[in-house]
Formats: sequence, C-alpha cells, structure tokens
Amino acid sequence: MKPYLLIALPLAGAVVAAFWPSDRTRPWLLPVVGALHAALCIWMLICPPPLQHDAWLAFDPLARAVLPAVSLLFLVCAAYGVPYLRTRVERPNRVFVALLLTMLGLMSAGHQARHLGLLWIATEGVTLAAIPLLHFTGTPHAFEATWKYLLVGGTGIALSLLGSFCLGYASLHGGGNGDLTFTTLMQQGAGLSRPWVLTAWVLVLVGYGTKMGLAPMHTWKPDAYGEAPGIVGALLAGGVTTVAFTAILRVHAVVALAGDGAIADRTLLAIGLFSMLIAALFLLGTRDFKRMLAYSSVEHMGILAVGAGLGAAGVWAALFHVWANSLTKGALFLSAGTIRRAAGARTMDEVRGMSALTPYSAAIFVAGMFAVTACPPFGPFFSELSVIRAAFEAKHYWAAAMFLGCLLFVFFGITRVVFAIVDGRPHARNIETSRRYAETLGTILPPLVLLGISLWLGISTPSVLRTAWTEAVAQLFPTP
Amino acid sequence: MNSMVNLLIGLAMGLNLIALASSRLPALITAMAVQGMALGAMPLLLEHHFDWMVSLVAVCTIAGKGFVIPYLLRRAMRAANIERDMEPTIGYVPSLLLGAGGTIAVVAMARALPLLPEHAGSLMVPGALASVLTGFVLLIGRTKAISQVCGYLILENGIYLFGLLLIHVTPLFVEAGILLDLTVGVFVIGIIVDRIQRAFDTLDTRKLTTLHE
Repeated sequence: MKPYLLIALPLAGAVVAAFWPSDRTRPWLLPVVGALHAALCIWMLICPPPLQHDAWLAFDPLARAVLPAVSLLFLVCAAYGVPYLRTRVERPNRVFVALLLTMLGLMSAGHQARHLGLLWIATEGVTLAAIPLLHFTGTPHAFEATWKYLLVGGTGIALSLLGSFCLGYASLHGGGNGDLTFTTLMQQGAGLSRPWVLTAWVLVLVGYGTKMGLAPMHTWKPDAYGEAPGIVGALLAGGVTTVAFTAILRVHAVVALAGDGAIADRTLLAIGLFSMLIAALFLLGTRDFKRMLAYSSVEHMGILAVGAGLGAAGVWAALFHVWANSLTKGALFLSAGTIRRAAGARTMDEVRGMSALTPYSAAIFVAGMFAVTACPPFGPFFSELSVIRAAFEAKHYWAAAMFLGCLLFVFFGITRVVFAIVDGRPHARNIETSRRYAETLGTILPPLVLLGISLWLGISTPSVLRTAWTEAVAQLFPTP
Repeated sequence: MNSMVNLLIGLAMGLNLIALASSRLPALITAMAVQGMALGAMPLLLEHHFDWMVSLVAVCTIAGKGFVIPYLLRRAMRAANIERDMEPTIGYVPSLLLGAGGTIAVVAMARALPLLPEHAGSLMVPGALASVLTGFVLLIGRTKAISQVCGYLILENGIYLFGLLLIHVTPLFVEAGILLDLTVGVFVIGIIVDRIQRAFDTLDTRKLTTLHE
C-alpha cells in the first residue's frame, strides 16, 4: 500500500494544484506535499515494508537506498520554490506547480518500478513533465534549450524502449516467457539469449545514459540546465538522473547474471571515464556559471557510471555518491539561482563581486563548490574516496589514475568560474538588478540545509543509510 | 496470416523510402501517418482470436498515429507557413540511397540474428530496424523541426514493430501507457514547435544555435 501512496500522494497534489484558484497561495502546496512525501519516505527508510517479490511496484532495497535522497531534495527545492515563485508573480504558476508535483510522483514510480515497461513509462513521463518547467522563463533561449532536450532526450528514451524489448526477446528466445519484470529476468539469468542481452545492454546504456547525461549523449544538458530555473535544474540533476541510474543498475544486474557482467562493467568504466574527461575539458572552457553546473553534473554521472562498473564495492560507493551528489548539487543550483537573479546575467564577463551583493548565497556557493569538487569533510569526498578504493581493490589502477586526474582538472575549471563571479567589484548592472532581487531568508536557508546534510553525510554517515546501501547491493548481486 | 503481416511490413518499408525521398512536408507527414496506421493494425492480425482489449489498443493506435498526430503536425505546418524542407544536411538522393542500402543491410543482418523459428520467416525484425534507421537519417539529415518530428515518429514506429514480437507476453496496459506517452509527447512537441516559430520566426533548427560554449 505504502509504495503506491508515495506515487499517489504527489499526483493527487498535482491535481489539487491544477484546480487551486489562487496564484499567490498555490506554491505552498509544494512544501506541504514535499514534507508529507519526505516523512513517508524516511519512515519507510527506517522501517522498510515487507517486500512482495512479484510486485511491479515496490519499495525494494534499491528504491530504499535512493528514493529518500530524491524526496529530501524535492522538499528543500519546494521550500525554495515558494520565495522563487513570489519573484515571478507576472507569470501564472498553475502549470509549474502541478508539473513539479507530477514529476515527484513519476520519479517515485520510476525508482520503485520493478517492470521494464513500467520503468520506461515513468521515465518518459518525467521527461515530458519537465518540458514546460524548462521553458518557464519564456525566453527564446529557453525554447531552444527545450527543443534540444526534447529531441535528444526523446530519441534516447526511445532507444531504451527498444533495449527493453530486446531484453524481453532475450528471455523469449532463451526459452522463458518474455516477462519483463526484473525478478523473472534475474531468475532466468544464464538462460537468457546472450546476443540479445548484449544488444539490450548497449541500447539501454545509450538510452538511459542519455537521460543521465553521460558523454557523448550529454549535449542537451548544458543548454537545459543553463536555461531552466534553479529549482528545476536541481531536480533534474539530482532526481531525474538518479531514476535513469537505478534503471541502468537494475538492467546491469540482469546482464551480469546472464554471464556478460565483465563486458557490461568495462563499458560502464569506459563511458564513465569518458564523461569525466569531457566534463573536465569543457569545465576548463566554460564562462557561464549555470552551464558550469551542467558539466559538473556530467562529471558526477561519470563517477556514478565508474562506480557501477567496479563490482559490489563500487556500486555501494555509487549509491553513497547518489546521495552526496544530489544534495550537494541541489545546494549549488539553488544558490546559483539566487545569484543569477541578483546579477541579471550568467557569465564571468558580466558578473563580478557577488560576495558584496549576495553575501550569504555567494558563501554557500563557494562552500558548495568545495563540497562538489570533493574537498573533505563533505559527503562527495568520502563517496568518491570509496569509488577510488573500489577501483584499487578491483586492480583498475589506470582507471583510478585517470579518475583522479579528471577530478584535478574539474577542480581547476570550477574554481576558475566560481571565484571570478564571487570576487572583485560588482558591475553597475549587477548592483542595479540586485536591488530588485535581494536575497531573503527564504532563498538562503534551503541551500544551507542541503549543504548541512552533505556535511552530515560526510562526517557521520547514518548507519541506517549504510545498511540500506548494503542491502541494495545484496539485491543487485544476489549470492547463488 | 503471416503473408498478410509481411505485406503490411513491406508497405511500411516502402513508406520509409518515400519519407526519405520527399522534400514536401505534407508527403512526409502522410507517409508517416500511413505507416503508423499499417503498423497499428498489426496486433489484430497477430492475435489469433478476437480480444476486445487488443482491438481497443489497435483502434487507439490507428486513430492516434493516423489522424491525431498528423493533424497536429499539419496545423503546425500551416501556422509556420512552410511546405518544403529545402536545405537538408543530407540531400534527398543520398538519404534515399542510405535508406535503400540500409534496408538491404538489415534484411541480410536479420538472417544472422538468433530468432525464434516462428519469427524467422517474418519481416518483423528487418522492418523494425529499417524504420529505426530511417528515423535516424531524417533526424540527422533534415533541418525543419517538423521533418525531424516525423523522423522521430518513424523511429518510434520501428520500435513499436519490434515490440510486437512480444505481443503475447507484454501486458496491454504497458502498450497503452507507451501509446499515451507518445501522444502526449507529440502534443508537447507541437506546442514547442509553435513557440519556436513565434520566438525565432522560423522552424529551421539550424538557427537554434545561440546556446553553445
């Protein structure tokens, strides 16, 4: 019952939002529904409900290991959404609020889906729900970004459907009944037809990899994150990408049991390191601080893929990194949104001296920058350390070396942009717009809370999370 | 039964080539719509006995792909006042050659793929792959937003055809969900195309290059 409630609650909230009469009070639905969802999610994290193995939707160990992070991120973004939408009174927010809640419902469905078809429907639904959110600002640039997101994301997601069908055919050809639930596919294991499993793996990796934003399928990401409001960017980078990542983890488990685990691991390592490399190179060149966040997200998706390709210890580290990255990236997106509004521009050439105009948001942005570039004692440092440890244990020394090299370049790239916009004397134009869009307690607290959770994750990772990740790993790597 | 199915898939493969060769957008939309209807009718032929759920999904597919989606696209086309995709990045003759060569290649490749005996003689796998390929050529090789959407839909038709291999085992509500997502997707695309037309005063996607490093 409870797994369905996690989906139904936000969707019901979306319906209420669609019919809510007042633009002024409607945004409050976001934190209310977000708080209920987060409370339910954390309750289920601490006391997991019994698992029905043949259920199509269930709060299984993998969902338990990831979904609470998304729910927390949503709650904080929702709290930021209220003051954000107050600065945008000239635009009706009916569609915006309703679709944000729809997105939460569909993300919950995607995380809990144990059937490939259902997983696809949820992921495609999230993709579509995000579209009106991306062009909320209504500028020509926003429409251009939306078009690219739609076309690249749509093609990618179509390929993952083809991959899902191939996996079904692998089961059929191997003598199974073609059932697309993960439980049945994993039970059939070595009985699946190998050539079709490999075809399915490639298509699923490309398809859901596009949704995650792994290079070279990441091209929609800088445009979309650059143009979207900060709160949408945070949810795309920390929520939607994790749906795609868990999809890849679930299919990877099937492929490994079918006997092609080594090939799957190698492709994940290669695509992960390539993403990190591409992100590092573009970070050294970009001058726009919102596009910088997108490339940083490509880098972190690369880290997740590398982790997923390193066996059980690596997957554990990747699940840790999902939490660390989602929450830290959320803090960066939200503070960047505040800075962007106050400055009225987004590039190093037009923005300067924001530490004088938005001192708190700038401080959070700088602290978040250190967190996301894996400086101790924040969460990402420890999760990335676990990935490196897993790489050494698996004797992938070259991969670990390349991983560290990319992190170094990423650090150079990000600090270059961040300090350029925070330091110095502000331009006259920045001062003028910052008077209109001053930072308030409502826009300072949410990113601060996220940064606090990231710090907490790093200093003392709660044991309930450690057990949740260990159990998720046990689900993905069942011992015969 | 099998020959009827193969006939419809053969028709779909022919329509792929028409879509690749035509520079006029109405012809492209019609080719896409007829293909969608031909493939939409296939579940009725594949299912051995009458099932009202299958018929319902088939009727919805035919209505959606044959009438609703083309109607939306034609309306967008009229609003933007364009009839032709004049400057494709891959010319019409090269795309036709690519399509024809690709079709021959996938037919040859399908023989090498491990298939169940009941699918070995059918054109389902090569037909699906040929449509996916055609979709990609259109997505890459055309510059107008509407032709790219048609490319996306032809790609989707190919995936739908592949999905029919699993028709006896995939629950229908999954099929229905996929169809719903697709229709909503095209509806959303229609809105975005309209907004792009208003914002940029063109549907030439080569003009959408203001965002870059």
